[in-house]
Amino acid sequence: MAVSETVAATPPAATPTPPAPSRRRRGRNAAYWLYLLPGALLFLLVIGAPLIGTLYLSLTKWSGIGDPRWVGLDNYQQLLQDDVFWASFRNTVWMLVAMVVVPTLLGLLLAAVLFDVIGRRFKPRTAAALRAAFYLPQVLPVVVAGIVWGWILRPDGAFNSLLDTVGLGALRHDWLGDPGTALPSVMAVMIWVQIGYPVVVFMAALQRVDPELYEAAEVDGATWVHRFRAITLPQIRPETFVVALTCTIAALKVFGPIFALTRGGPDNATNVPSYFAYYTFFKKLQVGYGSAISTVLTLIIVVVAGVFIWMQARSERRDRGF
Amino acid sequence: MAVTLTPSTAPVAPRRPVRDRHHRGVSRWVVLALVTLGALVMLVPFAFMLLNAFKSPGDYSSGGPLSWPTEFYTKGLRTYWTEVNFPLKFWNSALIAGSVAVLGVAVSLLNAYALGIGRVRGRLWIVGLFLLANMLPQEALIYPLYYVAKQVGLYNTQLSVIIIFTVIQSAFGTYLLASVLSTFPRSLLEAAALDGAGKWTVLWRVVFPNLRPTLAVLLIFFFIWTWNEFLIPLVMLIDNQTQTIPVALASLQGDRLMDAPTTNAGALISLVPAILFFLIFQRTLARGITAGAEK
Repeated sequence: MAVSETVAATPPAATPTPPAPSRRRRGRNAAYWLYLLPGALLFLLVIGAPLIGTLYLSLTKWSGIGDPRWVGLDNYQQLLQDDVFWASFRNTVWMLVAMVVVPTLLGLLLAAVLFDVIGRRFKPRTAAALRAAFYLPQVLPVVVAGIVWGWILRPDGAFNSLLDTVGLGALRHDWLGDPGTALPSVMAVMIWVQIGYPVVVFMAALQRVDPELYEAAEVDGATWVHRFRAITLPQIRPETFVVALTCTIAALKVFGPIFALTRGGPDNATNVPSYFAYYTFFKKLQVGYGSAISTVLTLIIVVVAGVFIWMQARSERRDRGF
Repeated sequence: MAVTLTPSTAPVAPRRPVRDRHHRGVSRWVVLALVTLGALVMLVPFAFMLLNAFKSPGDYSSGGPLSWPTEFYTKGLRTYWTEVNFPLKFWNSALIAGSVAVLGVAVSLLNAYALGIGRVRGRLWIVGLFLLANMLPQEALIYPLYYVAKQVGLYNTQLSVIIIFTVIQSAFGTYLLASVLSTFPRSLLEAAALDGAGKWTVLWRVVFPNLRPTLAVLLIFFFIWTWNEFLIPLVMLIDNQTQTIPVALASLQGDRLMDAPTTNAGALISLVPAILFFLIFQRTLARGITAGAEK
């Protein structure tokens, strides 16, 4: 490699050279750019260029055939008056509840209970088995989960039969077909899908925590709730940030389950921006309008991610006492 | 590498139970019962799946979804297997996920080597860009990708999906590995440089062996994530020859062929590869999640 020759050609390494002259240092580091080259090219090709393409298309009217026609900000103006667009973002807020808020809180509690109570008062194997049960839905391709749940929640599906069996037949319902129950049903499915992820991450995080902290607290007579708040929560805060961020991004982007469960219906009751964009691109063939939806979604995600990372950086700084 | 963990709870154990019996004899059983109940609720859909995958359509229509099957019916499974050409779909999924896992890890490693060890200028911005790229909604990329793929003849090929996901996954991998590598012990690098090793040699002889556990985890993540991906394969792969398992199953939804037993049978076999993979690599994963969380 040419790179290694350059380094080998600098003989005076025999004496431990004190701070390397800055010019040579920069020269040495420049060689590392070569390693970034393949990744950067691929990145530009698959992410950079298409992103700019979508941005451009959002300012045009285009059916995918012929030439796009420049319309300026028309698509965005139209978006602001589009009820479906607003409905899809309202539903996203509910997705955030189902995919971030509930799983993170429930996951913290479950992980702490599994690790602290069940893992230590019973056999660790018991905790591991229970953890696996909670994690199993995460292994299932999310679309397959959607298809199975779609069948379970059908009018003649397993859930209604279950209600019959336990004597609650009066509650039989077309869970996904009724605009009133479709969104709560989808939310329940998403909680089921999502819960395993925080449980596993938080349990792994808890292994990092010094057991002596808990023992000391126990000796001091702290209750489980006290220990949870004073030790568990602060100790695994980095992981909590990561989980909350990744789940938030996933909730903003959710597509597969909606596609498999309801296709956004009935009557847009479960439509979300990503499905709305997909539908506009490939079913209605309004590429410009679809691009505008995607661009707005992208902006929201970028802002949300920025806020998260800023908050995390701030809390880390505070921890270090600045 | 910060993969050292699980201070085994064994040494602490002996002292504990004696005292705990007084403290929380009953409540711990209540907690166990509650959590077990929750875990069982989680498993109910899988039970439904198993119960109905081996039931004949006649059985299903007379007994409903909760009845015990009167015979062990495998025709639904076989119908799905042959009609969908499951082996081919499996091969497509495995080919795509496997290639992406390997290529994605390779690209991540090269990127992270330049960013974490090489510390090239502006690396914070570059890492931020990669992180952002991983978060982008795929809708923001899909139409131009779809259009260009059609123009250059990559549409409806596994290669198109492999290329796209290699980049998307390696965006995350670069972010993770760059932060792991920025704490790589400088002394090791300097020692190798004193021995006259070039950057390429250092990468493969010093950095790679030390990073192997993390790379293994990344490989598994990339594989599972790609295996489960939906939108881009749905748009890019349109016929029976190229589709992946999730896309094939979804495009059969509502099809006459897919009565309830067949749907369940289909879901069940789609689940098997993922579960096998999960069981095989569970240990690596449990270790790796912590490795990823270390800074």
